[in-house]
Amino acid sequence: MNTYTYYPGCSMSATGKAYAESLETVAKVLDIRLAELDDWNCCGATAYFSVRETLSHAISARNLALAEAQGPGRDVVAACSACYLGLNKTNKYLKEFPELRKRVDSALDAGGLKYDGSLEVRHILEVVVKDVGLEKVAALTTRKLEGLKVASYAGCQMVRPYGFDDSECPVLLDNLVRAVGATPVPFAMAARCCGGSQMMTNEDAALRMTKNILLCAQDAGADVIITTCPLCQMNLDAFQAKVNHAFGTSFNIPILFFTQLLGLAFQVKPLGIERGVAKPGPALARFIS
Amino acid sequence: MDASKPVIRLEREMRPDFLEEIFEIPGGEHIKACIQCGTCSGSCPASPQMEYTPRQIIAMIRAGMRDDVLSSNTIWMCASCYLCQERCPAQIKITDVMYALKRLSVKEGKAPPKAALMAELFVDNINTYGRNSEGLLIMKYYLGKSWGKALSNAGLGMALWKAGRLSAGEVFSPHRIKGIDQLRKIIAKVVEEGVV
Repeated sequence: MNTYTYYPGCSMSATGKAYAESLETVAKVLDIRLAELDDWNCCGATAYFSVRETLSHAISARNLALAEAQGPGRDVVAACSACYLGLNKTNKYLKEFPELRKRVDSALDAGGLKYDGSLEVRHILEVVVKDVGLEKVAALTTRKLEGLKVASYAGCQMVRPYGFDDSECPVLLDNLVRAVGATPVPFAMAARCCGGSQMMTNEDAALRMTKNILLCAQDAGADVIITTCPLCQMNLDAFQAKVNHAFGTSFNIPILFFTQLLGLAFQVKPLGIERGVAKPGPALARFIS
Repeated sequence: MDASKPVIRLEREMRPDFLEEIFEIPGGEHIKACIQCGTCSGSCPASPQMEYTPRQIIAMIRAGMRDDVLSSNTIWMCASCYLCQERCPAQIKITDVMYALKRLSVKEGKAPPKAALMAELFVDNINTYGRNSEGLLIMKYYLGKSWGKALSNAGLGMALWKAGRLSAGEVFSPHRIKGIDQLRKIIAKVVEEGVV
């Protein structure tokens, strides 16, 4: 069994609760141990990084320093794409920019901490696809999701600017969809932006971005969109009614976390599917029991 | 300023040192290599709503049009999707440039009204609790922005509350990390050294 230092992030206990529940459930089946980082703080996300530079890296580095002490040599794994990017960015910038490193080291020192830069930051999708492997996922599947048409939405911050999948045409989620017997649909918006936190600050623009993603999935005949990020899920799911109101559309597309899809194929619970605002249609509902 | 009309700026109003402020961010010197190809503007999902597109912003930085850039809505429309940056043939860290512009714009009070509200409330949440209580952030933001905005999203809030995705506890007694004092010392040290 592989053990990872797990960084949940703030959304996992609130709007992304279903992601946390389903991840915990499927991690047991996949035989991966996620040891939660003790007393982690916010990763900085887009908001903190955008208005404070050294500070955002310093608070992000606190997590890396704690992780290095708690699980030396263990990969740090995030499930939220923004957390993945924030921690990864700090980890890379500390290596790349010595001036920043000096300022961050001195700040950590004031808090009695030290980070040697020995860790790798990874996304849980990468762990599932590369460490566990598609063959094992297929072997663990007890109910093939045959006939289910899935739009795999990777979003932005998991694949850009670092990432482990193609930044324009990501393929790993599609491979996973095939491994559980479902059918990926061609989905040109797979790595386009849902609007992120602009849904709060600049709703008109973000609704348009979300609409384009939903439209693309609907045109491709998708029964469900799967995501890897709590904020993407939130925008596509909870704001779907608002998109319909703004653009005169009538989308009713359920938005699942990829871990929920795996859980359906493994026939395990709980998966938190009832927490979705857009309810599953018949094509998906036949696999939920 | 109307971006559709030609703008005339006198040379004495220009700030050639503006470019150097951008050089100070990690990797900031790449901005010199911009060839004005427009790949960034064509990639940006928000550019239709921007006063100036990312390509224009970079040209304006290089021309020293400091006030025009720092008071534009463009920098607040960046969703941090990194598509422009990924495709930039000159390897300009455009998202980081937008962040640098946000910081300068806030510092000098040039940001459009309430443009920085969400980010500043977010920073406040983290500096107080160590984590971001989404419920608290959402409530503070919409109430601070406008009652109309708060009301227009009340139904959505209810739907999330019913699904157990928002809770009163999160709003009224957010979780505070045990190491909050340690986090504050880290923050204080950065502030003390001057480059935040």
